[in-house]
Amino acid sequence: MSKLLEVKDLKVSFNTYNGEVQAVRGVTFDLNKGETLAIVGESGSGKSVTSMALMQLLPKPHGYVKSGEILFEGEDIVKKSTRDMQKIRGKDISMVFQDPMSSLNPTMKIGNQIMEGLIKHQNMNRTNARKKAVELLELVGIPHPETRLNQYPHQFSGGMRQRVVVAIALACNPKILIADEPTTALDVTIQAQILELMKDIQKETDSAIIFITHDLGVVANVADRVAVMYAGKIVEIGTTDDIFYNAKHPYTWGLLGSMPTLDSDEEELFAIPGSPPDLLNPPKGDAFAPRNEFALEIDTVMEPPMFKVSDTHYAATWLLHEDAPKIEPPESVQRRMQGFSNTGSKDGEK
Amino acid sequence: MSQEKLLEVKNLKKHFKAGRHRTITAVDGVTFDIFKGETFGLVGESGCGKSTTGRTIIRLYEATEGEVKFKGEDVHGKKSKNELLKFNRKMQMIFQDPSSSLNPRMTVMDIIAEGIDVHNLAKNDKERKARVEELLEVVGLNKEHATRFPHEFSGGQRQRIGIARALAVEPDFIIADEPISALDVSIQAQVVNLLKQLQKERGLTYLFIAHDLSMVKYISDRIGVMYFGNMVELADADELYHNPIHPYTKSLLSAIPLPDPNYERSRRRVAYDPTVHDTSEQPEFREVRPRHWVRCTSKEFEQYKKEANK
Repeated sequence: MSKLLEVKDLKVSFNTYNGEVQAVRGVTFDLNKGETLAIVGESGSGKSVTSMALMQLLPKPHGYVKSGEILFEGEDIVKKSTRDMQKIRGKDISMVFQDPMSSLNPTMKIGNQIMEGLIKHQNMNRTNARKKAVELLELVGIPHPETRLNQYPHQFSGGMRQRVVVAIALACNPKILIADEPTTALDVTIQAQILELMKDIQKETDSAIIFITHDLGVVANVADRVAVMYAGKIVEIGTTDDIFYNAKHPYTWGLLGSMPTLDSDEEELFAIPGSPPDLLNPPKGDAFAPRNEFALEIDTVMEPPMFKVSDTHYAATWLLHEDAPKIEPPESVQRRMQGFSNTGSKDGEK
Repeated sequence: MSQEKLLEVKNLKKHFKAGRHRTITAVDGVTFDIFKGETFGLVGESGCGKSTTGRTIIRLYEATEGEVKFKGEDVHGKKSKNELLKFNRKMQMIFQDPSSSLNPRMTVMDIIAEGIDVHNLAKNDKERKARVEELLEVVGLNKEHATRFPHEFSGGQRQRIGIARALAVEPDFIIADEPISALDVSIQAQVVNLLKQLQKERGLTYLFIAHDLSMVKYISDRIGVMYFGNMVELADADELYHNPIHPYTKSLLSAIPLPDPNYERSRRRVAYDPTVHDTSEQPEFREVRPRHWVRCTSKEFEQYKKEANK
């Protein structure tokens, strides 16, 4: 597998009236060809800002990349001019946004919106672009594509609109598809359809997907690797199995513990107390420490580095230091790590 | 959980006028009971009428047809001011979006105390203040918060304010319309824990409306599944999850992704095909097994009964 994208110590800040908000505080990861990386975290953890930085869509001038590199096929995107970026955006890297209502132009016919990228990036003429648009709509499973091309977004349902957005994103066979909460606004059954669609298309085109979400169920479904973000940093990264069956960071435990299992008779969910820190003044030491019942003294003084658990699995918690006390995850979390669906699965498959 | 019926919904219908000649049938004849002290979950996709059902029960909408009885008394129909007051005190609602359901120009104190004022539950200002402060503590905030405005709080905290407001008039029954959908996962667990704890302490009865099926399963004793304005299946939470009968319920359950990669790799989704149903007669709500109801025709009924009692 070859590295398509390398993000090195990326820091993104926003200037506000109250001062500098450090939304992303040093994020490092890479993305291989054909794989799906899920970025998980709460709102305000910096996952969407990371994706905006990848697309160079940060609201200028108050949002900016403070330091760090984003290497796409070896070239630093951060240093690219607006013109060069326009050639990459929509062609090599494209994006599916959360809200299909607001990411389509309500005054343009669906067909023209799909053809726009094709004409601009692939120098197609209108006739060919139209043919391709029909193919794309068929690919994403929209019936009667010829008539649908001449319709406006308001004539589509939410799920259908999201399919159109996926079609636009896929129009130029992008190498990277960034999906920022693509199914959050949709119903479960529609969500399942869109996820299946994205997986099928990935198999066909071999593009890499960065999938941003807060739904761990969706992550388990689509991802090859998972990065857990908290307060602007990646706190744990590993393969899907590493994260779900062998999580090491207490924040990941908290996320797993706060999801109910389908066969649970538990009295109480393992909730993470408190709320995320204010990134205007990021706390000293480990940002998660105030909400962490396993916090050590050192957590309030020094930030933990990334400890290696295995070749694919890293976590930033002092609990992995050799001098730290051996702490087992809470029992309810251990149960989840053995499998959420021990009895549930039978029914789901029926 | 007792078998005393707190709320009876009989053949409830709600139609909305859309233009002069079109009506939208949001709820098309829903029947169910809610027992005292239980949590009744209502699930379904957007547009299936679950929120409309909740809002019609609490009289935010006038019912088109059918009746809702709360403690044996009809909720709808003509009522005097006093009767309405009495009724409103016993039934409260928690809304989905905590940022739009709190008045941004009122302090938390006034928001929570509004119900207390309307119902004259506090004799003087001192008592009013004391009650609000007590409520804030019950929902996990502190009394310093009383003088602040809603925008100073996070989403989870705002939802706690909404819960405190509902509790202020000491209701018996709370309708929670997607109370956690707008919140983050870790905050969702906090709010759900709070709702469960309050139920235990105060003997509350909930109608819990949501589309997140795993949360509904966790919090509910019984669950009703809605589809296009009809209730298609109703059963105890465990029974519904382990033994779904109606094809739509099966499809809905098979679509939930679980945070378990091995399970996800093997999960097969079944799509719902409405044409499998027998259309020779109007389907009715029938009991295929004790406490397990499915909407079906008499022909399907035989088949479902066999399936349920396998």
